[in-house]
Amino acid sequence: MDIETIVKKLNLKVRSASDRLKNNVTGGYTGDLLSDVMANSHEGDIWITRQVHQNIVAIATLKEHAGIILVNSCEPATDTLEKAVKENVPIMVSNLPAFELTGKIYNLLAEKK
Amino acid sequence: MKIKVCATETENSLYKNSFYIEGGNFSDAGTVSTRIKSILKNIGLPNDIVRKSAIICYESEINIVSYARRGKINLTVTPKTVEIEVVDEGPGIPDIELAMQQGYSTANQQIREMGFGAGMGLHNIKSYSDIFNISSEVAKGTFLKMIINTQ
Repeated sequence: MDIETIVKKLNLKVRSASDRLKNNVTGGYTGDLLSDVMANSHEGDIWITRQVHQNIVAIATLKEHAGIILVNSCEPATDTLEKAVKENVPIMVSNLPAFELTGKIYNLLAEKK
Repeated sequence: MKIKVCATETENSLYKNSFYIEGGNFSDAGTVSTRIKSILKNIGLPNDIVRKSAIICYESEINIVSYARRGKINLTVTPKTVEIEVVDEGPGIPDIELAMQQGYSTANQQIREMGFGAGMGLHNIKSYSDIFNISSEVAKGTFLKMIINTQ
């Protein structure tokens, strides 16, 4: 499933790298502790987090995540957005809390399998 | 395995270089790790080796940024290993055994708010290394050496 499908189905707002929405999403990881995400997430994951600072872009780049979704209508910080544009990392915003968003994306990915 | 010959190639290494990191500079945190990951990919190392090395470098980089005045990562790739040395000038670690425990951290509130300082860094570094060595001198700094076998 690509990011674009998730964006449309869950009404996400795209904040960066809108030309990368064809990135394939193979799984997901939810977390705000960066070492936990670094150690346990996988390439192709969509990362769901409440963190908005620029270090999330470094993590997503290093781990080759499909993209990042910020929860609870949280917006990325200005320098986060600049870095995401530079590194071509799609950042989306959802109005849902992490629990609900994770459940919905989990179901979408499970339906596809 | 695809091996690209580098300018810094020596008799026993396919690649050797040092990368410098400034303490306290969170805006550039991850830059060195991203660069090292790209270098290892270009050398043609398998994905799992690149992934382990990137995690080790990132956690080390964050430790330098979080706690030290400055530091460097020495990267050496040999035909059989990736060797990562991390040297910093900083407060050092008074009790290494305690610092190695998962969940133990001396990070301040600002660092924790960013999602760092969960006490997982050194633990992650050790768990992704085949050989892990740490030594530290209080008020001087910390030295880490990690080896990942590639064969």
